[in-house]
Amino acid sequence: MSTIEQEMVHAAEGGHHDDHELPFIRKYIFATDHKMIAKQFLFVSLFFLVIGGLLAMMMRWQLGYPGEPMPGGMMLPDAMMAPTPDGAIMLPEFYNSLVTMHGTIMIFFAIMPLLVGLFGNLLIPLQIGAEDMAFPRLNMISFWLAVPAGILMLASFAVEGGAAGSGWTSYAPLSASGEWTGVYLGQQLWLASLTILGFSSLVGAVNYITTVINMRAPGMTWFRMPLPTWALFVTAILILLAIPVLAGALIMLLFDQTIGTGFFRPEVGGEPLLWQHLFWFFGHPEVYILILPAMGIASEVLSNRARKPIFGYHSMVMAIIGIGFLGWIVWGHHMFMSGMNPLLGTSFMISTMAIAVPSAIKTFNWLATIWKGDLHLDSPMLYALAFVSMFIIGGLSGIFMASSPVDIYIHDTYFIVAHIHYVLFGGSLFAIFAGITFWFPKMFGRMMNETLNKVHFGLTIVLYNMVFWPMHNLGVQGMMRRIYDFTQYEYLAPLQPMNQFISISVFLLVAAQSVYAFNFFWSIFRGEKASNNPWDSNTLEWTVPSPPPHGNFPEMPVVYRGPYEYSSPESETDFYPQTKPPSKPPVQELIPEPVTPTPEGF
Amino acid sequence: MNWSWMLPPSFSTVSGDIDGIYMVILWITGIIFFITEALLFYFIFKYRHKEGRKAAYDHGSTKMEIAWTMVPLVIVLWISVVSKGVWDTVKVDVPPAGLEIIVTGKQFEWTVTYPGPDGALGTSDDFETLNELHAPEDEAVVITLRSEDVLHSFFLPEMRIKQDAVPGRDITVWFEAIQPGDYTIGCAELCGIGHTTMGGTLTVYTAADFQAWSSSQAQQQQP
Ligand code: HEM
Ligand SMILES: [Cu+2]
Ligand SMILES: [Cu+2]
Repeated sequence: MSTIEQEMVHAAEGGHHDDHELPFIRKYIFATDHKMIAKQFLFVSLFFLVIGGLLAMMMRWQLGYPGEPMPGGMMLPDAMMAPTPDGAIMLPEFYNSLVTMHGTIMIFFAIMPLLVGLFGNLLIPLQIGAEDMAFPRLNMISFWLAVPAGILMLASFAVEGGAAGSGWTSYAPLSASGEWTGVYLGQQLWLASLTILGFSSLVGAVNYITTVINMRAPGMTWFRMPLPTWALFVTAILILLAIPVLAGALIMLLFDQTIGTGFFRPEVGGEPLLWQHLFWFFGHPEVYILILPAMGIASEVLSNRARKPIFGYHSMVMAIIGIGFLGWIVWGHHMFMSGMNPLLGTSFMISTMAIAVPSAIKTFNWLATIWKGDLHLDSPMLYALAFVSMFIIGGLSGIFMASSPVDIYIHDTYFIVAHIHYVLFGGSLFAIFAGITFWFPKMFGRMMNETLNKVHFGLTIVLYNMVFWPMHNLGVQGMMRRIYDFTQYEYLAPLQPMNQFISISVFLLVAAQSVYAFNFFWSIFRGEKASNNPWDSNTLEWTVPSPPPHGNFPEMPVVYRGPYEYSSPESETDFYPQTKPPSKPPVQELIPEPVTPTPEGF
Repeated sequence: MNWSWMLPPSFSTVSGDIDGIYMVILWITGIIFFITEALLFYFIFKYRHKEGRKAAYDHGSTKMEIAWTMVPLVIVLWISVVSKGVWDTVKVDVPPAGLEIIVTGKQFEWTVTYPGPDGALGTSDDFETLNELHAPEDEAVVITLRSEDVLHSFFLPEMRIKQDAVPGRDITVWFEAIQPGDYTIGCAELCGIGHTTMGGTLTVYTAADFQAWSSSQAQQQQP
């Protein structure tokens, strides 16, 4: 976090003082308070989100206007752009770096830290009624490992040979030796950066898991946990099990690159497919790491803004857990064309089809949640509804690719790019917008401006679909992904107008994000002051001041019921906070088991 | 701009089956798409907040959960069963070869090796073409796919064939074209700086024309 950002956070919290004031450096930089660490992740990831967007714009320039000079390209070094009298034209090696770094930065440095770093840190302790994470210092280490990882990743643009250029999936042997790409140091920095980031995630995951198991407030049984916390808990388990596999593979590849081992290099007896198996054994659970917390956030916002209990709470939890298990046996669907034994293709097809079922269950439950609700269509709700709407599209396109014979044609085409973005932008990122807007008052003590958010929502949902919907059509026409100049192929040349349409839409889409950025920073200082519970929510984080003091809960909360008791006939209002003692003489099952404030409560 | 979801025409013996499954999935997902999105918009409109509206206090229904678990499960399993048959035809059960060739990818070109007049690969009368694949119609062309350096992906869009070429492995891939003509060869796997240029042409002849082409090539390339 830059000093400016720290000052902004400081200013935002102006006036609010904890009982024991920490020195500046402990409070804002080497912070151990989970809420501050959440904000640190927030600011850093937003920065990377912007970088990722800029990389995408450059890529789209080349695709919309292949071989034409890029506006502003003269400012970039000759290693990236070829200067001509009319301006600078993008080099293919730079294009490959852009593809690689856009994917890497968005997945590992924007979406993942937003969902896990921001929401994991912010929500888990607050929603289970804990004073902080189980290991606050470990939490601090988790953030401060992510920072050097980010710096290394960005620095790789500046080294000789440029940044890594073998895709975010970094397939060997292309990635295993600089002789194939001309990228030596850049690829090594990519590997080192992700290894460090992996440690950051691992440390965070251990912390989340421990916190959820050990630090729930009295009465906060497993099935009274809010769905974001459930999702983040399962996500943390996925991280704990998947990241070591990635880290191992990254280190092996780094050895291939630097000290001449041959894990993935066939000329010295290695096996390129081993990389793919290891990468996707991590990679598929990773995509669920990127969607489960988003599903949790959407569930929370939908139920709250519909003023209605979440439909099928238990099957929502079971679907999360089901995805958590099934996610481990589907990785081969990324490898149908890889040359692995084709008999395996069928097993992976069936498991992949099966994993669409929990996604369907969740979707129907979301629809049933808003059915007969009292829908408050304010901006968090709009973002959450957009999440459902776009996730449907991404999930359905997954069925095409899951069918291995159909995947023969659409694998490695823009169809895949469309799928990825419907689940990760339409899905995860819209849920992130919903979550940031919804919990903004809890983070900063102020509300975001509703009008600006609605403008942002309207522009984004329209432009987003103008960008990514036609990518399905490009894929159906056979346009490959990761291709510098598709007009080299005669049969793809007619796709130029559609590509141009997409590129222009991207430029507008990125520009539209400035509305959110402005609103975000403006509201930190000038937003309307927020009450403790501006959304009339039931969960524990809304029982404490916005933002909550150090230690969160002045006294140990006691939980009496599930998190989604909206419009309950037992309550005079249309919400029924988890901590509110029952007004009637309690029915047997409503009594929280341990009445003494012990951390177990199970 | 082509906003169509229809696949472009295809010209191999199995491509019709692949396109058929695609159409089945397009119909199924299309219907689910319209129903779910329509419900979403209808509910948003119908249940939007109004003064005095109170949400139903409803925690769910086991019957409905079972219904929307079982129905999607049956649908996707059925798609899997249908898909498996076609997958096996394309990737598992390689038919007897009408023509056997070797395709080798390397940065950034495709080399095709033909058996020559003796009909056997690996003999001195083999001949090669670069970024061109010549094949007869109505014959199963069985390819041994190789790579000399990194991964490439051998892509014949009109034949609905795609297969990664992996250094250190011989991978069998086959197709049988049903109509003479010129088609595209592409590389679908990022393979380095020149990946975008790694295209070529597949030319399909009638059996007689292929014989003629093949013997003239064999002669030209003999020392
Ligand atoms: C309904 C459930 C889903 C199914 C059936 C499904 C199926 C697939 C399949 C078969 C592929 C491989 C396609 C290929 O490369 O040829 C794929 C790729 C991918 N999926 Fe999904 N998917 C689903 C949901 C998701 C979700 C929820 C996410 C993440 C949030 C996701 C993210 C991705 C990504 C990032 C890739 C591309 C990886 C790459 O090659 O770069 N998918 N999906
Ligand atoms: Cu996957
Ligand atoms: Cu290539």
